Amino acid sequence: MNDANAFDLILSGDATLFAIVALSLEVTLLATFFAAVAGLPFGAFVALTRFPGRGAIIVLLNGMMGLPPVVVGLLIYLFLSRSGPLGQFGLLYTPQAMIIAQAVLITPIIAALSRQVIEDLWEEYREELTAMGVKPFGRIATLLVDARYSLVTVLLAGFGRAAAEVGTVMIVGGNIEGYTRVMTTAIALETSKGNLALAVGLGLVLISIIMAVNAAAWGLRHWSESRAG
Amino acid sequence: MRALASDLPIRFEGVSFSVRGTAILKNISFSLLKGGPAIILGPNGSGKTTVLKLAMGLLEPTSGSIVWAGHAGGIFDRRAFVFQRPVMLRRTAGANIAYALRAAGKPATEARVTHLLDTVGLAGVRTHPARKLSGGEQQRLALAKAMARDPEILFLDEPTASLDPAATKAVEDSICRFSVCGTKIVMATHDLAQARRLAAYVLLLVNGRLVEHGPPCEFFDHPQTEEAKRFLAGELVI
Repeated sequence: MNDANAFDLILSGDATLFAIVALSLEVTLLATFFAAVAGLPFGAFVALTRFPGRGAIIVLLNGMMGLPPVVVGLLIYLFLSRSGPLGQFGLLYTPQAMIIAQAVLITPIIAALSRQVIEDLWEEYREELTAMGVKPFGRIATLLVDARYSLVTVLLAGFGRAAAEVGTVMIVGGNIEGYTRVMTTAIALETSKGNLALAVGLGLVLISIIMAVNAAAWGLRHWSESRAG
Repeated sequence: MRALASDLPIRFEGVSFSVRGTAILKNISFSLLKGGPAIILGPNGSGKTTVLKLAMGLLEPTSGSIVWAGHAGGIFDRRAFVFQRPVMLRRTAGANIAYALRAAGKPATEARVTHLLDTVGLAGVRTHPARKLSGGEQQRLALAKAMARDPEILFLDEPTASLDPAATKAVEDSICRFSVCGTKIVMATHDLAQARRLAAYVLLLVNGRLVEHGPPCEFFDHPQTEEAKRFLAGELVI
């Protein structure tokens, strides 16, 4: 392996490498967005309501945080394949399929962690908001806003899981060059081909992106906390 | 408007309250009338906070009834509550007031927010994070949030329990101003000196029972019950 080659690829702005990076970011960010849209309100709903079977829902959510990615990939594959219930849409082996798979994989993570964060905050706010006459929708909105720093960390956990994912996107995306090839699947493929320079380059970029996103979130959190508490 | 829709008097009629079989309040009856501050005294664990929460409508009695101006339920919007440990939203002091105004269905105008902060002497910390204010400042901000509801009745649960004398005086000054302006103050405390300073009416709870109530001069100078005498002598500890 020649690490200098990996850096050369990054510094020279290698088109193949950066196309893969761009697609990876697009897929992961969209998957995180859709998982947040579904997971945050659901987590808040479970945190703030009491209904029969709530305990089972919480256990299920927590358990689904550890879903095996290849199993999720397989299930999504069965749904999207030509003979599956969603086969008519022709989504298999497209970036959209990869977004769906990653979103399915991380929605339980975001829902379960946000449920815990919001429930803890609700314990603190419950009497105050009740005494102020805040209605249920207003309570959810307030808790989501006031738990924003912790929820950013929750989203980062989901983003990190999605960004590092190989098995799911390999199954539903097919690792098609120039179309569905993302950083993790490319790293696996290039390693197996012996093209370690590109594999290492992609690995460095992947780690750098995750670090940069976390650093930005950390900085934003401290800046915001110093202003609003 | 206040003359048209009042929640006073609040009548407790044979009210008991239990939690998982443990009696917190035992068959208490009294009325809170219009006028100066009513102070609920009693040692720790006597049921003061529970009485306040029942009167606010945050809890329902296990037995007996509570009526507000003759009506069950009353007008929740006319009441406000300040807890012993104030809860500050993760926002600036000004944003906390604005939130309270919106929650009360009132416009959160700059002028209104400034006025409310002014009434508790906190105009200078408007842009400060509320959770980073001192204990006394947080308690005054909690008072201002409660007053954002423009309440007819303000319930205060030991609002100065953990404050130093200067902060206690600042909170008491705010309470006196609200009372003079017509807000009915109902406050729980175990601080006898504070009760002497503020009370227009005193209720003494001991072990979930209302053992004595009346004007402060009678209560402090001529206590009728053995429990009241022992409490005033500092001998009643639970």
